[in-house]
Order: sequence, then structure tokens, then C-alpha cells
Amino acid sequence: MFLINCPYCGERDQQEFKAGGEAHIERPKQPTELSDDEWAEYLFIRKNIKGVQFERWNHAHGCRKWFNMVRDTSNDEIREIYKMGEKPPSQ
Amino acid sequence: MTKNLRVKTSEYVDETNRISFKFNGKIYHGFKGDTLASALLANDVHLVGRSFKYHRPRGIMTSGSEEPNAIVQINSGTNRTEPNIRATEVEIYEGLEASSQNCWPSVEFDIGGLNNFLSPFLPAGFYYKTFMWPASFWEKYEFFIRHSAGLGKSPTSIDPDIYDHRNVHCDVLVVGAGISGILAAKNAAKNNFKTLLVDEKNELGGSTIYENNEFNKIDNKIPSEWLKKEIEELKSIKNLEIKTRTSVAAYHQYNYLLARENLTDHLEAKDKTNKIRQRLLKIRAKKVILATGALERPLIFNNNDRPGIMLSSAIKKYSEFYGVACGSKNVFFTNNDSAYESALSLYNKGINVEAIIDIREQSESKIVKKIKEAGIQIYWSHSIIDTTGYKRLNSVSIMKLSNDGASVTGSKISISCDCLGVAGGWTPAVHLYTQSGSKLKFDEEKKVFLPNKNTSEQISIGSCSGDFKIDEIIKNLNQKLKDTLNIKETDLDNIKVEIDQENSKRNIWLLPSDKPLGKTKPFVDYQNDATAKDIKLALREGFRSIEHVKRYTTTGMGTDQGKLGNMHALGIIADTAGVKMGELGTTTFRPPYTPLTFGTIVGRNVGKFFDIFRRTPINDWHVENKAEFENVGQWKRAWYYPINGETMHQAVQRESKAARESAGILDASTLGKIDIQGSDASEFLNRVYTNAWSKLAVGKCRYGLMLNEDGMVYDDGVTTRLGENHYIMTTTTGGAANVLGKLEDYLQTEWPELDVYLTSVTDHYATASLCGPNSKKILKKLIPDLDLSDENFPHMSFKEANIGSIQCRIMRISFTGEHSYEINVQASYGKDLWKKCMEAGQEFNITPYGTETMHLLRAEKGFIIVGQDTDGTMTPIDLQMDWIVSKKKYDFIGKRSLYRSDTMREDRKQLVGLLTDDPNIVLEEGAQIVSELNKSPIEMLGHVTSSYFSPNLNKSIALAVVRGGKDMMGKKLFVPMENKNINVTVANPVFYDEKNKRLNA
Repeated sequence: MFLINCPYCGERDQQEFKAGGEAHIERPKQPTELSDDEWAEYLFIRKNIKGVQFERWNHAHGCRKWFNMVRDTSNDEIREIYKMGEKPPSQ
Repeated sequence: MTKNLRVKTSEYVDETNRISFKFNGKIYHGFKGDTLASALLANDVHLVGRSFKYHRPRGIMTSGSEEPNAIVQINSGTNRTEPNIRATEVEIYEGLEASSQNCWPSVEFDIGGLNNFLSPFLPAGFYYKTFMWPASFWEKYEFFIRHSAGLGKSPTSIDPDIYDHRNVHCDVLVVGAGISGILAAKNAAKNNFKTLLVDEKNELGGSTIYENNEFNKIDNKIPSEWLKKEIEELKSIKNLEIKTRTSVAAYHQYNYLLARENLTDHLEAKDKTNKIRQRLLKIRAKKVILATGALERPLIFNNNDRPGIMLSSAIKKYSEFYGVACGSKNVFFTNNDSAYESALSLYNKGINVEAIIDIREQSESKIVKKIKEAGIQIYWSHSIIDTTGYKRLNSVSIMKLSNDGASVTGSKISISCDCLGVAGGWTPAVHLYTQSGSKLKFDEEKKVFLPNKNTSEQISIGSCSGDFKIDEIIKNLNQKLKDTLNIKETDLDNIKVEIDQENSKRNIWLLPSDKPLGKTKPFVDYQNDATAKDIKLALREGFRSIEHVKRYTTTGMGTDQGKLGNMHALGIIADTAGVKMGELGTTTFRPPYTPLTFGTIVGRNVGKFFDIFRRTPINDWHVENKAEFENVGQWKRAWYYPINGETMHQAVQRESKAARESAGILDASTLGKIDIQGSDASEFLNRVYTNAWSKLAVGKCRYGLMLNEDGMVYDDGVTTRLGENHYIMTTTTGGAANVLGKLEDYLQTEWPELDVYLTSVTDHYATASLCGPNSKKILKKLIPDLDLSDENFPHMSFKEANIGSIQCRIMRISFTGEHSYEINVQASYGKDLWKKCMEAGQEFNITPYGTETMHLLRAEKGFIIVGQDTDGTMTPIDLQMDWIVSKKKYDFIGKRSLYRSDTMREDRKQLVGLLTDDPNIVLEEGAQIVSELNKSPIEMLGHVTSSYFSPNLNKSIALAVVRGGKDMMGKKLFVPMENKNINVTVANPVFYDEKNKRLNA
């Protein structure tokens, strides 16, 4: 059970949060311009890294805010947490 | 044959408090402070159970939670019965009843004992290999195998006890209150760390509290005396909370630990009532100090499992702590000095020690000298090659070990005895440590796995970190405390320790016998009857990974999780396969460390608290009017209102007719409601719904369909424009929370530039849906001054009005196809509104209807229910709802996916109506649909999603999804059922009032 430092509320138990998959996948601005393959890339294809991964999390049972997390999936170490719209830390 | 083996008055056992208890139906006596095991041993009862596979007689082996054999069923036949309880952990109380498991008819005479003689035919993997063929026979085997498997019996009636959960936060958690745990907790608390010290036993002090070995001194006192003083001092320390009978079950990441605090198990039945039995502590600690100690290992030799064969350390504890002698003719078998401490303990109490068999060549410690002086025979370089005694050990045979330890030589000596203490060295209890994700390293010299790389703020101290001698423990503990607590000095700086123990050890994982291995039974896992032979067989059959060997041989898979034998299994594999133990690694230690009861896990969430449920503000009225309820998500919704013993079918037929012929009323309060405000609210709706919203006038309503980005229908509902920048969206009852979550996601992450605010107001409003041709008259009675003409208040529009002094939001919208109004009021007025509607509607026979009738009425109109007629694979095109998908809008969620090659396939499953050729047959929802009956295999075209008997059409109607169904209008299909094939015809899904005339009736 992680202890997650919500950037708006502070440290809270993992059960208050929902994981939202890979971070920094921007919804295409002009979806109609994309080929089926390009759209499928956005829609379905996700990395599944063993190691340092950038993820979205939502404080679903708290402030309801989304934020980003850098997590090492091999040992679940949370490296960094930053707000939506902020630049990802260089790893 | 009962004799009293009580040897002295122990301060931990209260001989003035005599307790009677039953074991296997017979009454025995013990004292307050005894465990079931110590009380039985005092009565000379060793045989307590039968092993799992061979049903071999087994006795008490240990004195703690690592016990593999002495697992019993307690309080059989009562609602407090519990299986698989370790006799070594049960504190006895007046009236306790315990019985042996896995034996029939009794532990003394067990039919299953035949398996022991069949054992040559029951090797590892026997069941896997034997019951494979023919595959169809498994059903026949299964009954017998399941019948003979399993240990205790689970209770069959409701648990009368109360369980609890508590969140605990502390600076320092110390697990284990042996000497190192106590010293660590004391120093942490004294340095202003909020400290919690837990121990699974009822007394503090671990094994040092009965360490009366005169050759070891701390500050010139024997260890037990010194530690008692330290424990006394703990009481006055602030910041320190101590919990005994509290066992840490799990150590998760981020220093999150689960512990079970046992509050009443040691009490008599009358004292348990109305008290919390066990409490699950959910501990979040800034720093964790593991002082979990070490477990003594047995030795692996032929027939090492007979009742009377115990761990040497357990014999010492029974003697020193409980004042019980485990036998009257004792022998020890050891590879290190610790057996001599046990022997000395017995000797000092006048209990007979026949001999010590030591596989080492010699030892020079003071304690060994003392034993020699006492005249106890020591057999150096000897090994036990066999034992005798079926239900109780009566002799051991020994022979001289060869220099390499691989074989035995010389002549056989037989020693008569009734108790054998085995001492195979110590294994640090690193279970919790590895659960936390931290990594071990194998110490080749000590032959143990030790903590190596920590993943959270934690340290391991004392014997669980490989320090077995008191001087080592205190020295290393002192440094670790200073480092981890960041303090300069501790209580330990000035402690003087004198110790004796010589550290010489000789480690042989599998001891030789004079017989070949195939003819011997050297047990590695006592509970699961896995022998060294089974492990070697697994290796011969090609298993290499320790995890595979474990599962194939079941080594370490019992309720004790192999706390005693796992190291030997590893050792034997390493020796046989010629690899290093460190390279093999260990099997994964998974939580819980000791089993937890289900009660502790669920805590208070039982009965009506098992799951949260929600009730509408009108709920009391439904209950008073005898509604039946159904669960919709967490909601309890009125399902139908039977009158005079009506069945559901009868009630629904009546309600449905009334709603179409005169007036019906539905509690629609559960629909999700999201208040949407902001200058970009219209643009936001444009992006999340498939249709266009910009031109919706204030005061108008519109139905919307929401897709996932993959183009599949996600939710639907009516949204009303309350003001220029203000909408109220309704969602499906079950989808409300997810829709809000999804909308927030897009707002916060994709479109942060939009000025939109979302608020869930589901619980703020109560909603009565008034429908039917007389609904208008009823509303007119309620609000005489509101112009209800189609010009002023047309279908799909909204008015604010007052009913008496209650402010209402009224939407003229319809989910039944009838002229209808949804009246929303502040939740607290909900019941009042409902009553007013019922009163006004009385002259029109207004009929309350539930969700079942609502479903029927909407199905007559072909309106979908998201989640019933859709399943996450239906696009709006599949639903034949092309009309709601805007062609003009550049983008909305899911739009692009509607043009993917897959979603554009013509032969996707599409929503159609189905009519049965026999109008009285009602199809089953979920039934499969085919086009041909004589072909094999039959291709499934789709399935029935909604099906009812329509009282208004007087025939059966159904909605279904059928592959290519759009172009099948009028086509004959079949619904094959168990006993018959039902002929159906594909029809328009709108069965009733296709032209929507009734909306304005």
C-alpha cells in the first residue's frame, strides 16, 4: 500500500487514489487527420515498463485532482510527483 | 497413564489457578498461563495429530507460531469453532475444548494411517501423475480426493464475535519484544519517537526472559534477571505503547504493516461476550525496527517425526517458562551448543538426560564442560540413523559419522528415550523483512539468509539479523540505533556482557542413515509429509527452480508455511544439484506470517455493513407501501409494488397498464445528476456528447449519448440548459460516479483551458417522474397557475415552479413514451412531494411503479438501457442511433473511432427488435440467437438483451443484438433453449407508438 503525496492534500493512503495509466499521452488535436494506425497508437498502445514509468494518478476519494507520478515499477518506489501541466522531471 | 510432569513453579504459570479443559473428549488440567501444548505435555500427551498425507502420528514439535504438527480444531460444534489452531499458541481457559484433525475415527486409531504403509506408492506428484487419465474420470476421482484432503472443519454458523480495525500511526514500530526489541523500543521512546512495540506472545522478553544460563551475564546478572528489570522500566516511559498478543501478519511497502491484536481468545466464553475479539491494526510507521528473532531448525534424519521428537529450544522453554518436563528420559541431538543449554536446564531441575548426540567432533565451551561434569554421556561425531515408537518415541539408534558426513560407520548403538530434542542451528525470521520488498543475502559461513538491501526506512536487529550471541546483539544494536534514530548516545553504551557460547557448528542438511535414502523417511516438511526423498525425486524429474520444487513436493505449503523445513529443502537441493544456496535464493515469503481469521480481515464490515447502500429520500414510503427492492449499483430501488399477494409478473403487468392508461409515478431520485457551470459549458457538452449542444435554448432539454474514446457507448441521459452558462446533466444510476470521473479527467488533463466546473448533485435532489395521459391533469392540480399547454411547456423543456412552498425544477421529458414530467425538489422535500403527487393523482388511480415496469415501458419504446442493451462493444451506429451522431461537429470523444475499419464493419452486432412467433413465449435475457439449426457447429449470431411480456401490446417483445441485424428486418431466426427451439422474427425495436403521438397526448 503506497503512501502517496497528493500535491494538493499531502500524504494519503493509496486506497484514496486511482491509477490512470501512462502519463504524457496527449489527445490528438485533429483526430480526423490521423490514419487508423496512428489513432490506434493513441488509443490502445501503452508502454509497460519494468523500471521508471511516468503515470497519471487521481485523488479520486479526496480532492479529485489528477496529477503525475514517476514510479519505478520494479520496486514501487515513487520518485516524484508533479501537477498536471508541469514539465516531467528529466530522468 | 497420565503422570504429572510439572517440575517447578514457574512465575509465568499460576499454580493457584487450576484450569480444566478437554482434549479429544478427555478432561485434563493445566494452570493459568499454560498454552494448550504446555498443559498437554504436563499431562504427558505428545500425540496430538496426524500428518496430512501419510496420517503418521505427530506430536508437539515447538513452542510457538512455527508449529507444524500440533494444529487442532478448537471448540468443535460451537459457533466459535476454529480449525488449524496451533496448540503452542492457544492459551488455555476454563471450558476450552480442542480436538485433533485429519484423523478418523480418532488420533489414536486412524484409518488413514494405512497411507503410511502405502507411502512407497505415494511419492511427490502422485496425484498429478495418477489422476490425469482418462480426463473424463476426474469428476469421479474428485469426490474421493476432496473428501480425504483438508485439515480442520470450518464453522457452519454465524461468528458471534466482534472484530475491529484501527489505523495506527507511529514514528517507530518495533516488531518483537525480545531483548533487542525491548532495548530498541526503550531507546526510541526515550528519544521522543512515538513508539509502538508489538509481540505475538502474552509476555514480553522473548527467549531471554527464561535465559537462566549461568555462563552468560549482563551487568553481572543472569540474562533473565537483567531483562526483567529492563521490562519493569518500560512501564514508566512516555511515548511508548506496548501491545502483546499482537502478531504482525504483513509488511507491505512504504512501511505499511498489518497486525492482529488478539483481545479475548485467552478468556473463558462468558468473558468474551460483547468484547472485541481481534483487532486488525493498520500501521503506518515512519521507521520499522524488526526484532523478529530466529527459529530453531530441526535436523533431517530417518523417522525424525515421531511424537516425542521436539526442537531442543522448545524443551528448554517448556522447562524454564512453563515448568514442564517434556519427557522423563531425554536425549538431545545437535550440531551446536544450544542443545547443551536445554540439557542443562533439565539437569538443573533434576530431569533425566540420557545422552547428547553431537555431529561435531568437539566443543570447548564452559557449558559443554559442565554437562560432561554432570556425567551426561556425549556421543561426538555421531548421528541418529533411525528412531522407533509409533505413537511415542521409545528409542533412537546412532552410528558414527564418516569424516565427510556423508555416511555412517561402525556399530549401531540403541538408546532408549521418550523425548528427543533436536538442535539444527538457528534461522533468522526474515519473513516480514522480505515481505516489505527488501532483499536477502546468503551468509555462507553462518548458513543463513540475512537482511541485505532495505527498500524502506527499516532495520533488522538481534537474531533476525544474524546476531545470535548477546554481546554481538547489543554491540550491533547500539550502532544501528544510533544510525537510524540519529542519536549520539544510548542506554547500551555502558552495558557489560560476558558470554560463554562457542560458535562451532557443523552443518549437514540431510543426515545419512545405514539404509539407502529410498528406504528412509527423513521429513523436511512435517505438515505436508514432504521428505528429502521427494525433493531429490523432484530434482531427478527435472525441476530446478526452488519455486517449482516447492509446488511439486508441497514443501513449505502448509499452514506453517515451512517455517522449520524450508532451509533444509534449499540445502538439500543445493547439495544435490551442486549449486550454492545463495544462488538458489528462497521461495517467496508471502503474507500473512501467521494465518488470520476472516473476521479480522473484514472487521466491522459484516451483515448490513458488508457493503454500503444508498436509499432515496422517498424510500420510507416505498417500504410502507410494501415495495420489493432491487440493488442498482449501491442504490436500493423500488422494484415493484405487489398488492394482495401479486407475483412480480402480475404486479408489473398492472403497473405498466396503469402508466399507459391513466397515470404512473416512479421514484427517479437515483439518476446521477451533475451540475455544470462556466462560460465554456456549451462547448464542453459539445465535446463530450455525440450531438450538438450550442444551439440548445435556455429552458430546453436534450438527450445525449456519451462515448468512450474507442467509440463505444458509455452513458446516456438528458441534459437541461438552466441558464446561459448553467446545465444540469443526468446520467444513468450506476454510471454517475464514473461519468463525473471521466468528465473531470478530460477537463483537468486535456482541456484545462475550458472554463467549466462540475459538481455532483445526485444526492441533493429527489425526483418523482409523473407519467401517463393524466399526468398533465395531476400536475395542473398541484400547480394551478402554471401554463401546461404544449406551446408554453412543450416536450423536452423545463420550468421552475412551486408546489405549495416547495421549489421545483420540472422537466417535461419521457422515458416511457407517455406524456410525462420529472419533478425535482430539494432532497429533504422528496417524500412530501411524492405524497402530494399521490394525493392529487388519487382520482386518476395514480399507480406507483418500480424499476421493472420502467424497464418494460421503455423496452416497448425501444429505448436502450446502457449496460443492459449495451456491453462496452456497441457504437451508436450498432444501436441504430445514427441520428444522434453529429456529422457537423469536428470532434467529440469517440468520434474518430467511429471511422475505424472495425467499427465500420457491416456485420457487427446491431440492436434489433425480436418478436416470438408464439406471442406468449417470453425469451430469456441472455439467450443465444442462431439462423440455422441443422448445422454443426452452429454460429452464434447474437443474444437477447431485454425481454418482457407487454401488457399494452398483449405479446412478448424483446431487444437483441444480432450480427448484421440491421439488414435482417423480417428475417426468421431461432433461439435454441435446453428443451426447445423458439422461432423468432427480427422486428423494429420500437414496438409501441412509433410516431410518438402519446408524448403530446
